[in-house]
Amino acid sequence: MMRSDVLLAILGMALVTYLCRAGGYALLRVVRPPPFIDAMLRHLPGPIFAAYVTLALSRTGLPGLFGAAAVVLVQWRTGNLSASILAGVATVWLFGLLAGA
Amino acid sequence: MAEPQPFRPVVFTRAGMRRGARAALPLYLGLLPFGMVVGVISAGKGLSLAETLLMSAIVYAGAAQLLALELWADPAPVLAVTFAALVVNIRLAPMGAALGFWLDRLRGWRLWGTLATLVDHAFAMSIAEHRAGGRDAGYLLGLGLSLWVAWQAATVAGHVLSGVVQLPPGHPLFFGGTAAFVGLLVPIWRGARQDLLPWALAGLAALGTQRLGLPQPLPLLAGALSGAALAAWNEIRARGGPKAGSEASSGAGSEASPGTAPSGPGTAP
Repeated sequence: MMRSDVLLAILGMALVTYLCRAGGYALLRVVRPPPFIDAMLRHLPGPIFAAYVTLALSRTGLPGLFGAAAVVLVQWRTGNLSASILAGVATVWLFGLLAGA
Repeated sequence: MAEPQPFRPVVFTRAGMRRGARAALPLYLGLLPFGMVVGVISAGKGLSLAETLLMSAIVYAGAAQLLALELWADPAPVLAVTFAALVVNIRLAPMGAALGFWLDRLRGWRLWGTLATLVDHAFAMSIAEHRAGGRDAGYLLGLGLSLWVAWQAATVAGHVLSGVVQLPPGHPLFFGGTAAFVGLLVPIWRGARQDLLPWALAGLAALGTQRLGLPQPLPLLAGALSGAALAAWNEIRARGGPKAGSEASSGAGSEASPGTAPSGPGTAP
């Protein structure tokens, strides 16, 4: 089942999302950025995820902070992303158990 | 990082794609619960399985889909959800631009197809891969395709199972999404001298903007752009010193491949 209004909405979302994905790069391919913008783009990855994680942790509170610490520790020691995600989820889960006890 | 790595040419291989697809597997832990929630909400808003699958397949952006579904009504609010997708996904524009070190070497479907699959995790892992000396752009597409398949499976499963399984909002599994990004920050970290202040500023600016009551994506963009601006300022200030080059090429400047170096002063290694 596919309604025309729903189809139109989904196509609209898909179009602007592709423009976001490809547009930033396409623009840079045409217009060479000034050195400062170029340097900003090279340094963007850390700050964008630092901001993302900070905002997420401001919502999850103390359990999230401990969970994040566990993730960093395991990721740093093992370099294994699965293990570090599991450690983070397990830490938050343990916190919930202890708080509920 | 100051080794002659940047001189190795960028390639695009099947092996790289396979490696990227495998590297994405741990991320499924964070992605599957999130995708299932989107599927459950989609069913709750009255979207059919085919409509849900189409949205996941061609929009392929979790946060945007979630926000659009919040706004969903009958008939579908076309302009509102399109605008919502634009606002949430505008963060992807600078990510594509920042991947120029690989994308500049691609053409045709490899370039525009890779961009179509670009998501946050794939971006973070590709930056880490590039900083570790990786020169295979197939890695990025492999990551994107692998996560795309998982996203379809998760949203479809959520739609089909809606009503059967319900994860309460505070369920620990939802921390998997945040945990994935925390873990990805570790390989992106280049050391305190270069990263500590920009990252701290990014976090503080994001929190401050959120405190002011400004809606997403403003807090995220304020944090990301202020942190990146501080890092850029640090780099350019260091580069402007009497011995230009030595500073910038150790780490910061290694991100640019030969030929794609900015039009600025010749600081390429």
